[in-house]
Amino acid sequence: MKTVSFDTLVIGGGASGMAAALAVAEEGWKVAIVEREESLGGILHQCIHNGFGLHYFKEELSGPEYAERFSEMVESSNISVYLNMTIMDIVKEGDGLTAFGLSMDPGMVRFKVRTVVFANGCRERNRGNIGIPGTRPSGVFTAGLAQRLVNLEGLVPGKECVIVGSGDIGLIMARRMSWIGAHVKAVVEIQPNPAGLTRNIVQCLNDFDIPLYLSHVVGNIKGKDRVEGVDVIPLENGIQQRDKMFSIDCDTLLLAVGLVPDNELARKIGVALNQETGGPVVDSTLMTGIEGVFACGNLLHVHDLVDFVTEESFRCGTFVSGFLKGKRPEKQYKTNPGKNVKYIVPNHYERIRENRFYMRTLIVKNNALLSVKVKGTEIYSKKLRHIQPSEMIQFSLTEEDFKLIKEEGPMEVSIE
Amino acid sequence: MKKELICIACPLGCRLTARWLNEETIDITGNKCPRGEEYGKEEVIDPKRVVTATVRLKSTSIKRLPVMTKGTVPKDKIAELLNRLYTIELSAPVLRGEVVMDMPDEGVQVLSSRTVRR
Repeated sequence: MKTVSFDTLVIGGGASGMAAALAVAEEGWKVAIVEREESLGGILHQCIHNGFGLHYFKEELSGPEYAERFSEMVESSNISVYLNMTIMDIVKEGDGLTAFGLSMDPGMVRFKVRTVVFANGCRERNRGNIGIPGTRPSGVFTAGLAQRLVNLEGLVPGKECVIVGSGDIGLIMARRMSWIGAHVKAVVEIQPNPAGLTRNIVQCLNDFDIPLYLSHVVGNIKGKDRVEGVDVIPLENGIQQRDKMFSIDCDTLLLAVGLVPDNELARKIGVALNQETGGPVVDSTLMTGIEGVFACGNLLHVHDLVDFVTEESFRCGTFVSGFLKGKRPEKQYKTNPGKNVKYIVPNHYERIRENRFYMRTLIVKNNALLSVKVKGTEIYSKKLRHIQPSEMIQFSLTEEDFKLIKEEGPMEVSIE
Repeated sequence: MKKELICIACPLGCRLTARWLNEETIDITGNKCPRGEEYGKEEVIDPKRVVTATVRLKSTSIKRLPVMTKGTVPKDKIAELLNRLYTIELSAPVLRGEVVMDMPDEGVQVLSSRTVRR
C-alpha cells in the first residue's frame, strides 16, 4: 500500500472542501483533498441554475461557474488532489491520524496526517425517511437524483410530475422539469408555509402555473410497474383529513424532503453529533470532539447559500492552520439555543477573538429581535426584519464586543 | 386594470399591486422599498428571466454542457430559446463564457457555464 504524508486531509472536493483546503494551504501547510467524483466541484456541477456567488464574487453565477472558479484556484495552488477516491476509515496513530483512501487507481492509499477536515456534505432524505405508504413502482426519485439525471446525464425522469417538498431544491426542479417539457402538476408541502425563497416560488411555480398545496401530504403512491398517481391529503391542525383526500395522476414523484449531513464515517470514528443539525458537535474553532478532526460546510449544518459554505469553510481552514501551529482555544463556553431557536453553530465560543454564529429559528415573523444572554444579562441584540425557519440567521461578536462584556459563561440565544 | 404581484427583489416578498393610471403610467403599491417599485413595473410591462439549460456535447468527460443566458430574456421568448438550444450539439473543447448560441434579433446570447477541455 502506498503511504503519503500531509499536514491536512480534506474529505470532499466540493465548495466546502475546496475553500477549507485553500485556506490551510495558503498558510504553507501540505494539504490533500480526496474527492469521490472524477472532478472537483461536488453538487455544484448539477446546480446549473443561477444565483450563486452574489455574496462572495458579487456576481450572479451558475453552480458550475462557481465550482470552476474554485477548482482553478485549487489547481494553481500546491494542494494535492485525489479524484475517484473514497476515504474508508480513519484511525488515531501516535500524535496524528491515519486515513485509508480507496480508488481504482492507485488502489489503497494510506494518508498519514495531523488534521482531518470533514467536508463531504449531505445525502438526501428519501421515501423511507418520510414513510410514504403505497406500492413500490419505478418513477420515485429524490429531487437531487432527478437533477443529476437531467443536468449531467441528459435523461428525462418522467413526463407528468408531482413534487413533494417546497424547499428550494423542489422549486428549482419544478422549473427545470417544466423547461425540459415535463408537466409539473403539483408541489405538495406538509408545512403551512413554503420552505423555499419567495423568489423561487414566483420564478419556479407561479411562472408555470404550478399549484402549491400547503399543509398537504402525499398519503399514498399508486402504480404497479411505474407510478400511476398519488393520493394527496390535506392537514388541519396537523391531522390528516382523509375525507378531503384527492388523487393526482402522474408518472413521476420527486422527493425534495431535506438533506442529512453525511456523517457515517465521522460517527464511526466516535465524533459526537448534534441532534438538531445532524452534523458534528464542534468547539469554537469548528473542531469536533476528536482532536485534530474538523468539520465545515453542509456536513456541519445545511446552509442556504454556497457563499455561506465558502465563508465558513475558509474560516475552518484558518482554524486548522492555527491548530497546526499549536494554537488551542484557552477558555471556551457553550452556545445554547434558547426560545424560538432551532440550533446555533458553533456549539462553543471564545472571548478573545471574533466569533461568527449561524443559526435557524423555529418561527415566521416580521420585525423580530435576536437576543444573546450570558447569566441572564443581555450582551448583544439585533433587529431582524423578517425571519423564517428556511432562512439562516448570522451574527458576529468581535474581540471589541467582548472587551465591553463583563459576563463570562455559557450564552443563550433567543428570538422574540 | 390592476394586477397582484409578489416582489422577488429581496427575501421579504412584499405583496405588490400594480395599477394602470393610464396606458403608460403604472402605480405600484405595497412595496416597502424602491426596488419593489422597479421590480413591479418591469414585471407588468416586460417580465424577464435568466434562463439556464444544458445542450448536447461531444466530449469524453461529460455528456451535457450547462449554459446560461447573458443577462435576462423576455419571458415570452423563453420557449423559442429552449427549443433552439435543444437542437444544437457542441464539441469539446468549450470554454466557460464562450457564446454557444446567438439570437441577435432578440438581443439574446447564451453562454457556456463550464469549461470542458476534452
